[in-house]
Amino acid sequence: MPTKVEKDSFSGVDTTGHEWDGIQELNNPLPKWWLYVFYVCVVFSVVYWVLYPAIPLGKTHTAGILGYAQRETVVADIAKARAAQGAYRSKIESASLDQIVADQDLLGFAIAGGRAAFADNCSACHGAGGAGAKGYPTLADDDWLWGGKADDIHTTLLHGVRSTNDDDTRVSEMPKFGVDDLLTAAQINDTAEYVLSLTGRESDKTAAGRGAAVFAEQCVACHGEKGEGMREVGAPRLNDNIWLYGGDKKTVVETITYARAGVMPAWGARLDPVTIKQLAVYVHSLGGGEK
Amino acid sequence: MTAATLSHGSSVGGERAGEETVSYNEAVVRLFVIATMFWGVIGFLAGIFIAFELAFPALNLGLEWTSFGRLRPLHTSAVVFAFGGNALFATSLYVVQRTCRATLWGGPAVANFLFVGYQIFIVLAASGYVLGITQGKEYAEPEWYVDLWLTVVWVVYLLVFVGTIMQRREPHIYVANWFYLAMIVTIAMLHLVNNLNVPVSFFGTTSYSYFSGVQGALVQWWYGHNAVGFFLTAGFLGMMYYFIPKQAGRPVYSYRLSIIHFWSLIFLYIWAGPHHLHYTALPEWAQTLGMTFSIMLWMPSWGGMINGIMTLSGAWDKLRTDPVLRFLVTSVAFYGMSTFEGPVMSIKAVNALSHYTDWTVGHVHSGALGWVAFVSFGAVYFLVPKLWKAERLYSLRLVSYHFWTATIGIVLYITSMWISGIMQGLMWRAYDNLGFLQYSFVETVAAMHPFYVIRALGGVLFLIGALIMVYNLWRTTKGDIRVEKPYVTAPTRKFAPAAE
Repeated sequence: MPTKVEKDSFSGVDTTGHEWDGIQELNNPLPKWWLYVFYVCVVFSVVYWVLYPAIPLGKTHTAGILGYAQRETVVADIAKARAAQGAYRSKIESASLDQIVADQDLLGFAIAGGRAAFADNCSACHGAGGAGAKGYPTLADDDWLWGGKADDIHTTLLHGVRSTNDDDTRVSEMPKFGVDDLLTAAQINDTAEYVLSLTGRESDKTAAGRGAAVFAEQCVACHGEKGEGMREVGAPRLNDNIWLYGGDKKTVVETITYARAGVMPAWGARLDPVTIKQLAVYVHSLGGGEK
Repeated sequence: MTAATLSHGSSVGGERAGEETVSYNEAVVRLFVIATMFWGVIGFLAGIFIAFELAFPALNLGLEWTSFGRLRPLHTSAVVFAFGGNALFATSLYVVQRTCRATLWGGPAVANFLFVGYQIFIVLAASGYVLGITQGKEYAEPEWYVDLWLTVVWVVYLLVFVGTIMQRREPHIYVANWFYLAMIVTIAMLHLVNNLNVPVSFFGTTSYSYFSGVQGALVQWWYGHNAVGFFLTAGFLGMMYYFIPKQAGRPVYSYRLSIIHFWSLIFLYIWAGPHHLHYTALPEWAQTLGMTFSIMLWMPSWGGMINGIMTLSGAWDKLRTDPVLRFLVTSVAFYGMSTFEGPVMSIKAVNALSHYTDWTVGHVHSGALGWVAFVSFGAVYFLVPKLWKAERLYSLRLVSYHFWTATIGIVLYITSMWISGIMQGLMWRAYDNLGFLQYSFVETVAAMHPFYVIRALGGVLFLIGALIMVYNLWRTTKGDIRVEKPYVTAPTRKFAPAAE
């Protein structure tokens, strides 16, 4: 089919003479700016290939005349960041926790580092700022399961609680009074009533009376005569209104029946000693740290 | 077959005397158009749901089948392969017949197999995602049995398309068909290489990739980026090259530009994938390759935008009265924006901030919603009255409402993701004065919450627009005409002497 070049009446430009389903094409040249910007991009790329790693040569590649290497750059950046903190870090490494707490300057650094490490590693369970959640103790109050001195917190961090990968982990085991048939359902009910009465809450007086006897026989060894708890075995205080799993009757019955055994990982296997010290100081500073 | 018999001369170009009439297969195009709108609505709905899941995780419902991880590929495949794919099938099969003046090669049975086969692919893929059957490769999630089936369908598509071109009654192959063919051929190659997997058994769904480690990552992003480059760019440029000149009634701006930008686009695009793997185990020379080829790709991409927009020279006034043309032109504008943003984000220093953040999500959606969906909407609005032999669309006002609702939705989407993404990137790299990270990951998530909500609302607007479209098209197929104020050309202002 012969091509028939026409002149577009609007622009005065020739068509190419082709037509498809009524569509024609104008024979406009490439826009100059388009072509030049394209050239600039190509030239930029060629220059970049000279300056930076670019051409593969079997198992290696051209290094580029700037000598930039990604991996080495990040290693150097990390080393620089480490060096900037080096003085503080070596002081923390050699100082005792009490010394860190006593030194305002060092304390500020330790808390800043502890805050960052806590947000990345701990807040998933213990909540932002150590607010806690069901089964995960609040760290911003003065109620401590295993002790609230900086050294106690440090030990918990280092070895964890019931952690499977640390032989020095903190361990204790509450009996499953219901599951293992150590107590009858009625006895568990009575004991729960007694536990409620310890904090002066509404409870069935007669049942609580019977429960007191069970409590004295089964629970005082760990939770204490008045339910004051025992930190050596991580047994919670029962005569305050701070509850790890819940202090309502139903939850207390559930706790006595099935027992509780929360787990915290041993962070010594994962974080460096300086970071763990900073974490201990940070948690200690949240509000409930003991002297 | 309900093929239409139309003489070529009835189109814009005027009568050509003495030419035989061609019987086009429009039945299969109608089916693909219906599927386009059906999957579009499903895909947009899935997108909105997972957007709300990110803002309100309780919407996971605690069920594995409705968790974000499973519904996210459902959304991406539904919009890219089901909505976008059906739009490509519909338009390519329509355009290739018209611009070659030849009916589809292989006849109606083969064409119907294409339609049914492609829908089976979609359903097989989607059901796998919900059940947790996945290769775990982005945009290539379907497992080996789905991949094999798609290969069969795709080869038939190639045969039909090439066969039709071979039978053409025109001396030259129109530019739209170059782009469609580049899409079909390249997608076949990408699909075959990235899915070189060894099934564990004939009766199991699991398979393992032939490539491992960083090689696997590179092959995946060679695939992933060119799925964008050839499926969502080249294919839809083919669409643009037919429907903009048709709707505007103007010749394509520059034949020479179309040649240069076509060949430079397809040559450069195929190397750009490594920019998805900056600052990873990928060797640095390969990162350089990805970055520099992305930068060189800027102008070849813009060649399509220039040819689309400049085709309107002499027809700009039509934008006032033709909301369908408005969709098409706006799509090209979004295309230009995305193909500028892409090379910028491929620069390593920019990528160090943008990568892994919502900025990437916003970038993808300015392309997907603004370019791919808008050009498809324009094409479908063009096609439906012709395919269903209606006098015209049921309502142009409703097209305009769709346009503005969807445009506001896109603006909400991409601006909220820009802000959220850049904020996220900056929070990740923020240090306090003692050299500790300022924010934890969860703090960045909390900070992004309001933008997640805005993004989801943008999606809701986009879906509302699509529902308006579905209603409008449905009434159009019934031949209804809405009683409404017509769009009229503004009267030409004449100079009047000030003699009162």
